[in-house]
Amino acid sequence: MKNNRLVPIFFLLLSAFSLYFSGMGSGFVLNEVLTRFIRNGVLVLAMLVPIAAGMGINFAVTIGAICAQIGFLSVIILQKPGLTGLFLAMLISVLIAAGLGYMIGKVLNRVKGREMITTFIMGFLADGIYQFIFLTGYGTVIKPLNKEILLSRGVGIRNMVDLVSYRNLMDEIWRLQIGSIELPIFMILLILFFCLAMTYLMNTRLGQHFKIVGEDMEKAAALGLDVDRIRIQAMIISTVIACLGQLIFLQNMGMLNVYTAHQNSDIFSAAALLAGGATIKQARVRNAILGIFLFHSLFIVSPQAGQNLFGNPALGEYFRSCIAYGTIALALIFNLRSGRFGKQ
Amino acid sequence: MIKGKQHTAQLIILFFLVLMIILAWYAGLSTSRLINDSLIRVFMNGVLVLSLLPMLNAGAGINYGLPVGIQAGLLGMCTAVNFGCQGLLGFTAALLLSAFFAVLFGYVYALILNHLKGREEIAGIFIGFSTVYLMCFFWATAPYSNPAMLWPIGGQGLRLTIGLQDYFFKVLNHLWVINIGHFILPLGMGLFFVCLCFLTYLFFKTKLGTAINAVGENPAFCKLSGINIDRTRTMAIILSTVLAALGICVYAQSFGFIELYEAPLMMAFPAASAILIGGSKGASTSILQVILGTFLFQSVYVYTGPVANTLLMPEVSEIVRVIMVNGIILYALIYAGRREQA
Repeated sequence: MKNNRLVPIFFLLLSAFSLYFSGMGSGFVLNEVLTRFIRNGVLVLAMLVPIAAGMGINFAVTIGAICAQIGFLSVIILQKPGLTGLFLAMLISVLIAAGLGYMIGKVLNRVKGREMITTFIMGFLADGIYQFIFLTGYGTVIKPLNKEILLSRGVGIRNMVDLVSYRNLMDEIWRLQIGSIELPIFMILLILFFCLAMTYLMNTRLGQHFKIVGEDMEKAAALGLDVDRIRIQAMIISTVIACLGQLIFLQNMGMLNVYTAHQNSDIFSAAALLAGGATIKQARVRNAILGIFLFHSLFIVSPQAGQNLFGNPALGEYFRSCIAYGTIALALIFNLRSGRFGKQ
Repeated sequence: MIKGKQHTAQLIILFFLVLMIILAWYAGLSTSRLINDSLIRVFMNGVLVLSLLPMLNAGAGINYGLPVGIQAGLLGMCTAVNFGCQGLLGFTAALLLSAFFAVLFGYVYALILNHLKGREEIAGIFIGFSTVYLMCFFWATAPYSNPAMLWPIGGQGLRLTIGLQDYFFKVLNHLWVINIGHFILPLGMGLFFVCLCFLTYLFFKTKLGTAINAVGENPAFCKLSGINIDRTRTMAIILSTVLAALGICVYAQSFGFIELYEAPLMMAFPAASAILIGGSKGASTSILQVILGTFLFQSVYVYTGPVANTLLMPEVSEIVRVIMVNGIILYALIYAGRREQA
C-alpha cells in the first residue's frame, strides 16, 4: 500500500519539476492535459478488468484499438458520413472487438501464468496482420469503393485518412470557456460516465467474480465459478472498451494514421495507469484518472524541458519513452518480486 | 504430443521456405545468390541467437532482454572506434571491450532477474526497452571525441549510425573467403560462429555448465544437493549477455554500420523466434537447435525480401517478417509453453 502512494508523488514531483523548467504556461498545459484525458481516458480504463481478473497488464488493447480503426475505415470505404457513420463504425468495431476479445480470452486460458507476454506478442502479431490486410487487401480482395483513400498504385490504403466528417461531432456540444481554459463539458462527462460505469461494473456480481478469479483461480473453481468463462468475459469487456476508447481518440483527433495510430496505445495506457498508483494486481478507476493527469502532463512538458535544460529536444523525447517503459519495467520488477513467495 | 506439435511448427516453416524457393525461382531470382545471402545472414545473426541459449538452459526463459547485451556490445564497439581501432586487431579489441562491458551489464541484469524467477520473459522485455532509452541519453551526451562518430554540426552526441568503413568493416566477412563457382563461402566468419558454438558446447560440459543445466531442469533438486541457484543463474545470465554483445559486434561489422539509439529495440524478437523454430522447448536447448533454427529463420527472412519486391510491394516484406516473427513466438507460447506449468 505504501508503494501505491509513492509512485504518484514521484510523478507529481517530476511533472512539477519539468513544468518549471519547460517554462510553459499552466493554462496551456491544463488544456492539453484535458484533451489527453478525453482522448486516452477510456483506453486506460480498458486495462482495469484484466488486472482485476488476475491477468496482469493487457497489452492486447492494441487489438481493441485496431478494431476501432477497422470500424472507421469501413464507414469511410462505404462513404457514410456524419453521426450515422459514427454509429455504424461503432457497431462494426464493437462486434469485431467482441469476437477478437473472445479469441484472446480463449488463447489466454491456454497460457495461464504467462498472460502478459502472450498479449504483448498478440498485439504485435495483430498489428502485422492488420497492416498486411489494408496494405495489400484494399483494391484486391476488398473492393475499393472509395477511390480517395486508395494509394496511387491501385492497391492499399493511404497512410493518412481524413476523419473530418466525424471530427468534433461530440466535442462541440456544451463547450465552456473559462479564461484561457476550454472545457468540452460533454466529452468530460462522457469519460466520467465511463469511469462511473467501470466502478459500477466492478461492484456487480460479475465484477466480484473477476476479483475472486484474480485472487485465486483454484479457490474460485472450488466456489463453483467457471474460471475459464469469466476470464474470457474479462477479455471481451477489455477489448470492447479499448475499441470504444480508440473510437473516441480518433474522432477527437479527426485524422486516422492508418498504419501507426494504434501502436503504443498499450504502452502509454499501461504506463499512465501505473503512474496513478495502480499495481499489476490491483487497479482502481481513481488510479486511472490520476495517472492520466500525471503521466500526460509529464509527457507534454518533457520535450520543452529537455530543450531548456540540455539544449536538445531529442533528450526530452527519449526521456518520456524511458519513463513510459521504465514505469512498466519497475512495476513488473516490484510487483512480480513480491509475488514470488506466493507462487513457489 | 508436444513433441509432435513442435515438429509441426518446423514443418510449416519448411513448407513456407519451399514455397518461397519456388516463388523465387518463378520470379526468376538467382537461387545461388539467395542461398549465399542466407548463409551469410546465418553467420551474421547466429551469435545473437546463440546468446539466448545459456539463459534458456538455466531455466530463465527466452532472454527478451537481449538489448541489454546489445547495448554493451555497442558501447564496446563505439569505444573501440573512438580509439581508432582498425582491421582484425581493432575488431578483436572491440570484442574484448564489449565482453568487458557485458560482464558488468549482465551482472546487474542478473541481480534483477534473480528476484523474478519464472517471470523473466515479460520483465526482460521491459528491462530491455528501458535500457535502450536510458542508453539514448548516453549516446546523445557521450564524451567521445572521434569526429567520424559525432554529429557534424555542434560536435556533440553520437550519430544515428556510425559507418565502419575505416575501422573494421566486414573484417570477418572478408577473412579467408573461398569461391566455389558462383558460391562464396566466408570461411573466417563461419569459423568464428562455429568456434563460439563449440566453445559454448564445451562450456556446458564443464562443472558450471552442468550445474546451469541442472538448475534449469530441476531447481528443487539443486537446492537440496547444495548448488547455489542464484550464483549459477547469475553466471548463465552474464554468459548470455556477453554472447549478445559479441553477437552485435559480428552483426555490425557485417552490416557495415553501428546502429545506435532506438535500433536495438526490437532485436530480441527475431532471435527468439529463430531459436523457437529450431525446436527449443525451454531448458535443455542444444547447439544444433540454435544452428538449425537460425538457418531456417534466416533463409525465410532472405527469401521474403526479394520475393515480396518482385511479386507484391516492397514495404510488405517487412510486415510479412513481423507477422512471421510474432506468429512463431505466439505459436510456441501456446503449444510449447505448457510444459513449464507441469
